[in-house]
Amino acid sequence: MQLKNLLLAGVGAFALSGCQYHVLSPQGWVGDQERNLLIISTLLMLIVIIPVLVMSVYFPLKYRADRADTSDYDPHFEHSTKLELVIWGVPILIIIALGWFTYVYTHRLDPYRPLDHLEAGKPVEVQAVSLDWKWLFIYPEFGVASVNELAIPAGRPVNFSLTSSTVMNTLSIPALGGMVYSMAGMETKLHLISDSTGTFAGRSAHYSGPGFAQMTFDTLSMNDSDFNAWIEKVRAEGTPLTRDTYLTLEKPSIATPVRYYGTVEKDLFQRVVELCVEDGKVCMGEMMMQDEMGGGGIAGIPNAAAYDYDRPRAIDGFGNPIDLPSNLPELDTQAFLFSPDQICSVAELKETTTNVN
Amino acid sequence: MSTNMTQPSETLSPIFGRLSLDWIPYHEPILIGTFAGVALGGLLVLGLMTYFRLWVPLWKNWITTVDHKKIGIMYMVLGFIMMVRGFADALMMRAQQAMAAGGAEGYLPPHHFDQVFTAHGVIMIFFVAMAFVTGIMNYVMPLQIGARDVAFPFLNNFSFWMTVAGALLVNISLFIGEFARVGWLAFPPLSGSAFSHGPGVDYYLWALQIAGVGTTLSGINLIATILKMRAPGMKMMDMPIFAWTSLITNVLIVISFPVLTATLALLTLDRYLGFHFFTNDFGGNAMMYINLIWIWGHPEVYILIIPCFGVFSEIVSTFSGKPIFGYKTMVWATACIMVLSFVVWLHHFFTMGSGANVNTFFGITTMIIAVPTGVKIFNWLFTMYKGRVRLEVPMLWTIGFLITFTIGGMTGVLLAVPPVDFQLHNTLFLIAHFHNVIIGGVVFAVYAAVTYWWPKAFGFKLSEKWGRRSFWFWFVGFYFAFMPLYALGLMGATRRVNMYPDAGWQPYFIVAAFGAFLILLGIVCTFINFYVSIMNRKALACGNDPWDGRTLEWATQSPPAPYNFPQEIHVRGREEFWRMKQEGFAWSKDYAPIHMPKGTATGALLAAGALVFGFAMVWYIWWLAIASFLGMLIIGIGHTFNYNRDYYIPVDEVAETEAKGALA
Repeated sequence: MQLKNLLLAGVGAFALSGCQYHVLSPQGWVGDQERNLLIISTLLMLIVIIPVLVMSVYFPLKYRADRADTSDYDPHFEHSTKLELVIWGVPILIIIALGWFTYVYTHRLDPYRPLDHLEAGKPVEVQAVSLDWKWLFIYPEFGVASVNELAIPAGRPVNFSLTSSTVMNTLSIPALGGMVYSMAGMETKLHLISDSTGTFAGRSAHYSGPGFAQMTFDTLSMNDSDFNAWIEKVRAEGTPLTRDTYLTLEKPSIATPVRYYGTVEKDLFQRVVELCVEDGKVCMGEMMMQDEMGGGGIAGIPNAAAYDYDRPRAIDGFGNPIDLPSNLPELDTQAFLFSPDQICSVAELKETTTNVN
Repeated sequence: MSTNMTQPSETLSPIFGRLSLDWIPYHEPILIGTFAGVALGGLLVLGLMTYFRLWVPLWKNWITTVDHKKIGIMYMVLGFIMMVRGFADALMMRAQQAMAAGGAEGYLPPHHFDQVFTAHGVIMIFFVAMAFVTGIMNYVMPLQIGARDVAFPFLNNFSFWMTVAGALLVNISLFIGEFARVGWLAFPPLSGSAFSHGPGVDYYLWALQIAGVGTTLSGINLIATILKMRAPGMKMMDMPIFAWTSLITNVLIVISFPVLTATLALLTLDRYLGFHFFTNDFGGNAMMYINLIWIWGHPEVYILIIPCFGVFSEIVSTFSGKPIFGYKTMVWATACIMVLSFVVWLHHFFTMGSGANVNTFFGITTMIIAVPTGVKIFNWLFTMYKGRVRLEVPMLWTIGFLITFTIGGMTGVLLAVPPVDFQLHNTLFLIAHFHNVIIGGVVFAVYAAVTYWWPKAFGFKLSEKWGRRSFWFWFVGFYFAFMPLYALGLMGATRRVNMYPDAGWQPYFIVAAFGAFLILLGIVCTFINFYVSIMNRKALACGNDPWDGRTLEWATQSPPAPYNFPQEIHVRGREEFWRMKQEGFAWSKDYAPIHMPKGTATGALLAAGALVFGFAMVWYIWWLAIASFLGMLIIGIGHTFNYNRDYYIPVDEVAETEAKGALA
């Protein structure tokens, strides 16, 4: 154990000396655990890596053809059951040990697993939406939202729900811990916690197009009172985030400055996930229900425009929106199986799904 | 809007499709300079070829050849040419990232930078590494098993030219239109028609589909060769390790490449016909693409590395003066890797949100691959043990490989631990890892193989002095170029950024750029080596067996006659040539006429048709696509009526060739 602490201290000193080695000196429980696992795995592997590296240099030098005494040359040494047992056995033992750690830590650090077990106070819910090319953070408990700035209370778990408006991204705050993809039409989860106050770099770590490199944000980890003050500031300074303003915000932009929204329209995040923020679009949940009931069939073809999502968001290679010709028929509400007026609200939708189940 | 640049507007003419003059990138000074260079260089080559009257020999001896040795050499030439292109991309990226710190924009805007990293990945994997390993297998494997040629010589020629057609299509995109800006695996929805509008991704799709035909057919060809064409008496367990690794590689190719073909075909349907396999709307699912592409993609990295394991096995054994340690273990370890490589694909996206059980499963299967790989490394080490190790250039590359690949393997196992990967996924740590294994494994193996088998192919050795220089520049350059990336990854630096806000990262990127410069010197040394050695070929001339080899390829002349071996060899066990040497072997003078396949232009013509077809499909020039497709069909069917496919080399000619010997 002492050796491990010593090594941890050594790595820590190295980390603090230079730039910010966030992965090696994280600021939260999740990152700490991941760092520990990184070090355990490295040490386990060094048991076999170091002898291999030594032998790789030592053998060719020791057995070089022009050595003084070649009496140990044995051209028939091509098999040894004992040696083979060792070279299979040792790596297998190491992998068994590493596999055990992998099993334990992968379950402990599953990004979907809430951090309740830390007993670190009430978690904060954050709904993060990756837009082209900026991050929208919605705080459903407070009814506020921000763009490209994430504030979290230090010492309390943060429960992220992630989705994307168009292409894939990942939400990555290396100082706090691992990342998870955000994908359109889907909701993924990530649980992180910060142990200390400070400002940490956050970004998208999955290439997503022309504005990707500037898709960065500051994570402000503050104490409870500062966090509440930040929420109040956002509420006071912010404009309303409605479905309409969301659709404007969603349009591609690069290096977007920080913005605040004082109010957030109810169920906005659910609608983003279900690709139906726009009026007249059928939500994914409902689409799946329709499919389950047999789908629209040929009679449903005139409805196709109500499901169209990617084409209106098309961009060119520089990130400018473009108009792509549609091969879909004009939306014909007469032919609608489900009139757009009857599209159920998300709450109702959930009820229906439960009933179906 | 975000930038003041816009893409050329969409116009569709019946003659030129969507191709218009706006798509010629004459406003990009870098591309204009490159084009001028390529055009002048091309004209110079054309001029010299005309002056020295090389057109007819080129056509007769190379383009239409079905000789596996010449095709192997052409694959290597393709690999080196494309390596220059792919490495130029690498230098551009290193230069950009060394400059673009703390808000500075560097010299490459995202539109260009994103094409550069996509092209770098695609070219290095598909047209450099694949070309090299296919070339080495093509040249060496039939000689090692005592065969006259591959099982389907015409198919071999066709496969090669299809690979060339794919490579050409990628390079055409440099000057006509643009290349994809989606990363080397083109994940949707980004690569779908809405978010990658324009010809870039279409160039990607058609180039890979055309080259993929070549790769798949070549895989079938080499499997058939190994299974059916071994010299009489050679049992499977008598084959040299390189032949074994060739077999396993080609089995992987034949199993996995159809998956790539199907996946890209689905994306093509999405882009061309408005299907919704991988779109966000209408029930598409991009996660499906990512699973499918990695079901091909993970075996693909083993397709690259397994033949290289074979190369190192041959070299270690020859230069240690001993048989390979643990032959059976080597074979079984390679077979284990083959099977396991199909059950690890999910480790490329642990961060997609699979449950802990799924992540654990794929994490542990990945680690298990480290066991047979580790065993192989021990076997190479114990082959040197109690040997007589000659530290010639191929052996230097081998030792460089053992060190570098072991480190890369260690960081690979780290990435296989899901919670560690959550932190390091898509960071420069990952980039450092896979360059660590691909440069340390594949590139070093290719250099080792070229140095080792060059005397067989041309009858003279490469210059030792320039070989060592090349090795040391590559070896040291690699560590300068990629160790800083490990550090940056641990700081959380992401791949594929054309700029970054943290100025503290810049020194690391500058060191990495310096490393890339050292590697450049390594590449320059390689080409100087080729030049110097060809000029000194008389002095460097060597016999048939310059390294005291142990396998059958050293039994024949250097360079080998078209028929490889004047007589059939009856194999009695492993390392037959070693045994033959002990017994004082000489070829008998009792020759018989040798049955040989005849060259044909069909492969090159079909591939030319495929190139035109691909270009037409990229630009929506429908009439040309139909015409070229029909043309290919006619040429292909026409070829089936060509009965003039073989000839006999008469006894006199065999006797004469055998009497001449190498370089006479």
